[in-house]
Amino acid sequence: MNESATAVIRASGLSKRYGRDEGLVRAVDDVDLEVEPGETLAVMGPSGCGKSTLLHLLGGLDRPSGGELWFRGRRIDQLSERALAELRRQQVGFVFQAFHLMDELTAAENVELPGLLAGRSPREARRRARELLEQVDLADRARHLPSALSGGQRQRVAIARALANDPDVVLADEPTGNLDSTATLDVLRLFEALHGRGLTLVVVTHDERIAATADRLITMRDGTFVDETRLTGGTAGRLADLVDLGG
Amino acid sequence: MQQEVLLAMLAKEPSYGYELRARLNKALGPLGEALNPGHIYVTLGRLERAELVVVEPGDGDRPERKVYALTPAGHARVDEWLAEVSWPKPDLAEFHLKLVAAAQSGLSDPIAIVDAQRRELLGRLREAQRAAMDEATESEVALLLEGIVLRLQADLRWLEACERAWATRRGTP
Repeated sequence: MNESATAVIRASGLSKRYGRDEGLVRAVDDVDLEVEPGETLAVMGPSGCGKSTLLHLLGGLDRPSGGELWFRGRRIDQLSERALAELRRQQVGFVFQAFHLMDELTAAENVELPGLLAGRSPREARRRARELLEQVDLADRARHLPSALSGGQRQRVAIARALANDPDVVLADEPTGNLDSTATLDVLRLFEALHGRGLTLVVVTHDERIAATADRLITMRDGTFVDETRLTGGTAGRLADLVDLGG
Repeated sequence: MQQEVLLAMLAKEPSYGYELRARLNKALGPLGEALNPGHIYVTLGRLERAELVVVEPGDGDRPERKVYALTPAGHARVDEWLAEVSWPKPDLAEFHLKLVAAAQSGLSDPIAIVDAQRRELLGRLREAQRAAMDEATESEVALLLEGIVLRLQADLRWLEACERAWATRRGTP
């Protein structure tokens, strides 16, 4: 009981169904989940397993067909559209595979936007954007348009934007799906730094690198959770045992 | 440590043993912890007996320290080694046969074996990935860690294929 009171998100019997009769698809099928404050939770699974749908439900982008959903102790599955929009704006940060930046706005303007929409003064929104771009190591790119940035830089701008209103949780859908190895490493380093500052992060991915660095990993198949692990190191114990140097 | 690696590390210039070790440690970073200094000197001794390396006295005030240098035969061996295309073979047959034997004997569920293995590899990937996150992107070590990460990823994808295939087989009598 206490645990559920402290969870950032709690889902119970959460379901999302499409179609009916023969064509019925159980995209998310009776799932129970608690997201603890400050944890990085990864959800992995093959394409079509329902992980993106799950993320959309958790963030109020989509409505469940059944079950209960609680956000910081407040039940949200039956909120009005307007209240849900407010929740998404104020308490959730979203990061997508394709970045979803506004092409005609600079990096700084993209990061300012959520603050302005939430009613901050332009001056305050600008200050916050500057601070966030600093955090994602892109202060020197503030005036660039997205088209002048690399994929990794665009994703870091998108992460800064997701943090603009100090959300309770960041939900990321395949955040490294469009990135090369080096840019992926930059995003992982950034997530790690944010984790150190207490960010709660839920990420759905097929990227084993993100999955392996999370605190907890859920494996999803056909709309249900088939495995859950708290990750620790391998039994090798020492990094040196990952290579064979002989002798 | 393979003999050829030490030989090739000497190709830059005649070096003291500790200089060789420093070169190896720089290239391997935290992965070099497993290097056994004693083993390096034993290998150098073997290379000397095989006349691939000659030992010269150290210069200046440390003549008792040995300087190792390549002989012409040593140089030739390094050239050959650099041109070789040998590669470590992934040892997947053993795990594959483990699954087959488990299923045939009924002693264990192949899917449970795959799950346990997947956790183990995720743990190793976690260590390698965290080490990679700690290295500067342009360091030599980062490149080695990237290789380790990519191989572990490939192995994890194969395990996923194993799990799918064995789940399908279980479903059919």
